[in-house]
Amino acid sequence: MNGVHDLGGTDGLGRVEVPDSEPVFRDEWEKAAFAMFSMCFRAGFFGVDEFRYGIEQMHPGAYLLSPYYGHWLHTVEHYGKAKGMLTAEDLAELDRRTEYFLEHPDEPLPQRDDPGLIEFVEAVVPAGAPAGRESDKTPKFKVGDTVTVHADSPIGHTRRARYIRGRTGEVVIAHGTFIYPDSAGNGGGDAPEHVYTVKFTNAELWGPDTAEPNGVVYFDVWEPYITPANANPAHTDGAAA
Amino acid sequence: MSEHVHTNEEIAARVKALESILIDKGIMTTAAIDRLVEIYENEVGPQLGAKVVARAWKDPAFRERLIEDASKACAEFNIGGLQGEDMVVVANTADVHNVIVCTLCSCYPWPVLGLPPNWYKEPAYRARIVKEPRKVLREDFGYDVPDSVEVRVWDSSSEMRYWVLPEPPAGIDGLSEEELASLVTRDSMIGVGAPAAPPSPGAS
Repeated sequence: MNGVHDLGGTDGLGRVEVPDSEPVFRDEWEKAAFAMFSMCFRAGFFGVDEFRYGIEQMHPGAYLLSPYYGHWLHTVEHYGKAKGMLTAEDLAELDRRTEYFLEHPDEPLPQRDDPGLIEFVEAVVPAGAPAGRESDKTPKFKVGDTVTVHADSPIGHTRRARYIRGRTGEVVIAHGTFIYPDSAGNGGGDAPEHVYTVKFTNAELWGPDTAEPNGVVYFDVWEPYITPANANPAHTDGAAA
Repeated sequence: MSEHVHTNEEIAARVKALESILIDKGIMTTAAIDRLVEIYENEVGPQLGAKVVARAWKDPAFRERLIEDASKACAEFNIGGLQGEDMVVVANTADVHNVIVCTLCSCYPWPVLGLPPNWYKEPAYRARIVKEPRKVLREDFGYDVPDSVEVRVWDSSSEMRYWVLPEPPAGIDGLSEEELASLVTRDSMIGVGAPAAPPSPGAS
């Protein structure tokens, strides 16, 4: 989707505000919102690509102006509803409890023991959740190839950012096959595809008058995003739908 | 939640309400949240990446392994895991300066840098660092890259997690790996700053 989250090259956002120091979590609620990602992932709310797509569907104004972990809250609620993890009754209760905690912010949370959840945390942090997937697909591109990114605008989740669409660059790394976000993020299967790092010059991305000198941008693409340079980039072969 | 922008108090109440429901459903516990938070507040952070960088500065063979396969090289330190399953280290040289970003969300190599600072996740950095990195580095980070040095921006659009091997500062001969690690800043591994200078001789 052509969403506001796709920020590369957007102008007018002002300075990057860099404080001298800040805590890892600025507020208690950020800790809980952070933990919801891994624990709701475990409970089957979403995969990581779906998690991102839920955030992308926030209202653009709210997306730009909300604190970061407000995005995470949004996508947990989004998939809680979409996947039936939160029933209509739960959602009504959620509104009631929100009102309650607004009035009584220091009221304690319910307490429950589950050593299995702590074991999950201890296991998942060092093990991770790799996105690499075996595939017997032969790569269509190799390091050194010149490729152009398809310029059309897909519906739904994609990692094909707008600022690289239609642009031509050079394949510099071939990474192997990984979960394809344009499938997994839209409720489909892993559908693994080859991933490549493509190098774009600043002038190719922004035009010679705007581009800063002596610079390049590296962007990772899945194979269906690209076509050999000189082919018609304005139309996909349908593989990315 | 909709187009309405909520206050911090409203979001805090909403999160607490959702948390309470997820606890009732057996999906979360406060003890598991506390443990996860403790890991990223105290155990997993840029001090781990700093150890790796210090080793790479000291040991050319390790540096080569790190560039070849960063996740595998970090595993020699038992460093790895969530959001660093497939890490790629990009090395600065006298002619090249690297910087990382995720323009589409906030991808960041957690096992070596911890959770990202807020500015990394906010719109201004994500929008601008791909288009005017020299200007952002100079004006917002006070880090000037000469025009003779190529700026390479790595947009972490896939599950590969990029991070920067900074150049060692001058005057580090004779320093231990631990002393070297203390010079390696988070910002130098993102590419928005330099490592700290070593203490001058004679200073404690």
